[in-house]
Amino acid sequence: MTTVLATRSLVKRFGGLAATNDVTLDVQRGARHALIGPNGAGKTTLINLLTGVLEPTSGTISLDGADITKLASHLRVRRGVVRTFQINQLFNTLTPLSSLALAVSVHRKTSTRWWRSLGSDAGVAAECEQLLGRFRLGDVMDQPVHSLAYGKRRLLEIALALACQPRVLLLDEPVAGVPEGERQEIFETINALPDVTGGRSEIVKV
Amino acid sequence: MTDAAATTPSRASPRAPLGAAARSLRGYARWRWWELALFAALPLSWLLLPSQALLLNEIAIVALFAISLDLVLGYAGIVSLGHAAFFGFGAYTAALFAKDVMPDPIVGLVVAIAASALLGLVTSVLILRGSDLTRLMVTLGVASILYELANKLDWLTGGAAGLQGVVMGPITVPFSALAGFEFDLNGRVAYAYTLVVLIVVLLIARRLVYSPFGASLQALRDNRLRAASIGLSVPLRLIAVYTIAGGVAGAAGALLAQTSGFASLDLFDFHRSAEVMLVLVIGGTGYLYGGIFGAIAFKLLHDLISAWTPQYWNFWIGLFLVVLVLVGRERFIRPWTWFGKGARP
Repeated sequence: MTTVLATRSLVKRFGGLAATNDVTLDVQRGARHALIGPNGAGKTTLINLLTGVLEPTSGTISLDGADITKLASHLRVRRGVVRTFQINQLFNTLTPLSSLALAVSVHRKTSTRWWRSLGSDAGVAAECEQLLGRFRLGDVMDQPVHSLAYGKRRLLEIALALACQPRVLLLDEPVAGVPEGERQEIFETINALPDVTGGRSEIVKV
Repeated sequence: MTDAAATTPSRASPRAPLGAAARSLRGYARWRWWELALFAALPLSWLLLPSQALLLNEIAIVALFAISLDLVLGYAGIVSLGHAAFFGFGAYTAALFAKDVMPDPIVGLVVAIAASALLGLVTSVLILRGSDLTRLMVTLGVASILYELANKLDWLTGGAAGLQGVVMGPITVPFSALAGFEFDLNGRVAYAYTLVVLIVVLLIARRLVYSPFGASLQALRDNRLRAASIGLSVPLRLIAVYTIAGGVAGAAGALLAQTSGFASLDLFDFHRSAEVMLVLVIGGTGYLYGGIFGAIAFKLLHDLISAWTPQYWNFWIGLFLVVLVLVGRERFIRPWTWFGKGARP
């Protein structure tokens, strides 16, 4: 097994409070980790540090052996460190389909094309098709995101991350706020995710 | 593992027939009937209303200016109370170019667009950070600075008296042997010129907003955090759209200076920035054509109210704006939804 994501003595202090205190972590290729702890334990802070939303007070983060501690968050995403959010962070006026098409074209490096339509790329369409099917969003793909039911938005939250072809996927409380009955459905969807790259690692905060 | 990849989609997709996403995506940038009607109406207005050419020219220039603001405000969500900075800059560039370098309108227009786009590029760094309030103040400030510069540099700009005596040459059609068209007093040549620029800009802007680039602007307008989390560089996209919008607003200013033969401090004034915002809000943001409908509605309202009660025009436009924004534009233009069942959203 090879280490994909590693942290060394990661510390994040907010004033006197050490939210993340000396975290050393090795995430192996294909491994799946669960991050557990009470409220305020610093789980989300760790995810924010790994994805570059926050800068650590000290310590290093590396991806495939390369130091990414100072790398901007959007560049980490392009290298495969992708996350979802505990509270939905979606594009409310876009549709699920156009959101996914955008995310897919970012990772295919065609998102700066301004001369061609978003929908003109057959590869993008095929990838969107798969994601919509896998996350059961096909029947609502053309509705504005803000009008979707909460469970659907939750699924889109994860689908958007998958569209970025993650090598390390960080799921921040994927079932937060989801009614008991629908939780199982989301967990099953996550469980059934095919290991596309043959080596995606996951950290799930529950 | 590969088996799972192959079976999962087919197992979960009975509700989404194969190719539905591809079909929907292919229709993403399709032309709507009313868009085609609008594009047909633009040249028709030139043919059918020859006596109104001066007025129509004015409307088309305001529409172009508002389309520029729509790219920034409607698509990328950047609020601006100083968009006149680019309008005035384009106008002064075109007027000075005609006066001091060469009188050819098309070359002047291209130079003005390039100069205003450069101004957009330089000032875009100021709008990347901070809140909406910061952006309102920064854009307002930039426009004020340019206003005062145009006032002070009177050896170049004519100061408070404005830049007078701009004589434009005839419009020559590039790559053709046609004789040039001189601007006439009725404004028919001017309006034809403005219309061509408006249509070209609209076609390019339409391409732009339906592209992945356009979708990324809407995405970062909706949620910057998530836009960065799918790998988009938010600052680079904002710089790009601000530069483009600067060029378009500069084109509008240049057209005004060229077709009126005059550039004045008034072009940089706050009321210009406020008016273009008003026009865009009346026409609606974020669907590209709001500037055109807004400019027409604004001009009609202006003429209608002025004819009825000349002194109190501001009162009525103010009242109209309050009602429009409170009721919501969507509902305002659909009077049949005002009463009865489902009147409340």
